[in-house]
Amino acid sequence: MPAWQILGRGDRLELVGELRLDDAAAIWSVLRERPTPQTIDVSRVTLIDGTVMALLAELTRGVPAELVGARPEIAELAHLYLGAGPIRPRPPHEAALARLGGASRRLAHSLGDVVRFAGELAAAVVSVARREQTANWRSVPMFIERAGADGLPIVLLLNFLVGFVGAYQSTDQLRQFGANIYVADIIGVSVTRELAPLITAIIVSGRSGAAFAAELGTMRVSEEIDALRTMGIAPVPYLVLPRVVALAVVAPVLTLLGDVAGVLGGLVVGVTSLGLTSRGYLTELRSMVVASDVWTGLVKSAMFGISIALIGCRQGLTTRGAAAGVGHGTTATVVECLFSIVVLDTLCTVVFRGFGL
Amino acid sequence: MTDLVIARDLAIGWTPEAVLIEHASFEVRRGEIFGILGRSAAGKSTLLRMIAGLTEPLAGELVLDLPHDHRPSLGVMFQQGALFGSMTVAENVELPLERWTDLPADAIRAIARAKLRLVGLEAAEQVLPTELSGGMRKRAAIARALALEPPLLLLDEPSSGLDPITSAELDQLIVILARTLGLTVVVVTHELGSIDAILDRCILLDNESRSILAQGTPEELHASAIPRVQHFFHRTPEHV
Repeated sequence: MPAWQILGRGDRLELVGELRLDDAAAIWSVLRERPTPQTIDVSRVTLIDGTVMALLAELTRGVPAELVGARPEIAELAHLYLGAGPIRPRPPHEAALARLGGASRRLAHSLGDVVRFAGELAAAVVSVARREQTANWRSVPMFIERAGADGLPIVLLLNFLVGFVGAYQSTDQLRQFGANIYVADIIGVSVTRELAPLITAIIVSGRSGAAFAAELGTMRVSEEIDALRTMGIAPVPYLVLPRVVALAVVAPVLTLLGDVAGVLGGLVVGVTSLGLTSRGYLTELRSMVVASDVWTGLVKSAMFGISIALIGCRQGLTTRGAAAGVGHGTTATVVECLFSIVVLDTLCTVVFRGFGL
Repeated sequence: MTDLVIARDLAIGWTPEAVLIEHASFEVRRGEIFGILGRSAAGKSTLLRMIAGLTEPLAGELVLDLPHDHRPSLGVMFQQGALFGSMTVAENVELPLERWTDLPADAIRAIARAKLRLVGLEAAEQVLPTELSGGMRKRAAIARALALEPPLLLLDEPSSGLDPITSAELDQLIVILARTLGLTVVVVTHELGSIDAILDRCILLDNESRSILAQGTPEELHASAIPRVQHFFHRTPEHV
């Protein structure tokens, strides 16, 4: 026999006995089957704890239910949980169409942010050119060092491995046709035109793009960006332009070095697995890879660098909230960077091909 | 004494759907230390950001009678200092001077050193902000806010998170700076000690009635018969 009972009919609910956390599950299963009460009689309650009172609060949400017969200690507990008036009603369940509308509004808001940022950036370039605003050019060498020199080992290693794996995957097919020497052509063209710019941009996104978002995001949440504004220093020219310039310089340089590392990866496979000589591999490479292969890759990588810096800085400057906001901005930066790199790569490839390059 | 800040029918809040205070009207007189008081989330810091020009009023009019200079004519000390972590304390103070003056580097360094001496931080000029205590960070932020000699200084909860002695020292510093430099100071605070120690006049924002509940000198507010003003000044809970 439970120590509690739930009686009453219609919108009148009567609670009896001891209603505690131990029985809360059973009590709730009874309460939720009943219509929402207008009157709750607790005159025969000997004990009721906070958990059950919280369940009553949930049950009467949005309805001005009256508690009758409450002893002083129960009345106090009820006041704490139920408050003086009715608890605010639950927000109505959002229909699918409303959710779609909400998502569209958020998307439009986010696109608006992008447009606003682009406008601020254009204004910043003009104001720096007219010497109305200053950019913190002194910080450019530091960003070049961080994004370039510090990232060089990983860029070289990954591009070497990509060249190595690409060549290795081709060995069987090339041997089959006695076309071993063409490994130099395959690796030379694919590395300089596509792989080195892409791999380098991915590394730069993960290292520098994310770092920019985290740095500026932290500055934003700790009000440092606001402090700059109050000193009459516009954040976009001061903080964004140096980072954009740094990555526009660093990305092509890293890509060029990545080209060399990737070609060397192919050379190692050519010499060790396909019986080529170094001289033969390099001679074939020189005959196949033309200057436009290299510079189109470098132009692409400069564009990747600029887009990575802009995405990282925009995410940082629009960070909301505290640490979680910084984390979200950093993640979004990497995702947006990867997306934009692939889109830009596609556009560049189509445009370069259109010009016969 | 003329008014430096005039607010008429101001609506304070982040969005039109979340208005915290409506029809706020008050004036800040030139040369006074003016307090914005209220419970947490009453809109105090938002109002300060509006005066600083960082947030637009949702409605109403906010006029600042400041010189139309090419450089900023107000200084702000943010709640956590907002010093730039990658720069030393001295470089933080030098930054606005580098941006807005043609002074040579040695003069800028000298001015920054003097500003830091003013707030008792001359020994910490080459230190990074992360190495400073909370009170020292706020002093450094005040020095930076004063770098361009603004007539108006905005301070967001200068005493929060400080021990009573450091808090009292900072209060004393604010009064000394305001009186000796002839500054107008707007302070956001809910520290009762600071209210009595430094404020000439103040307003009390109330998020329940969404209005300015009272305004006047701290003595006048202490003597107010409005129950919620009494709750605020006697630290008594409103709902028990």
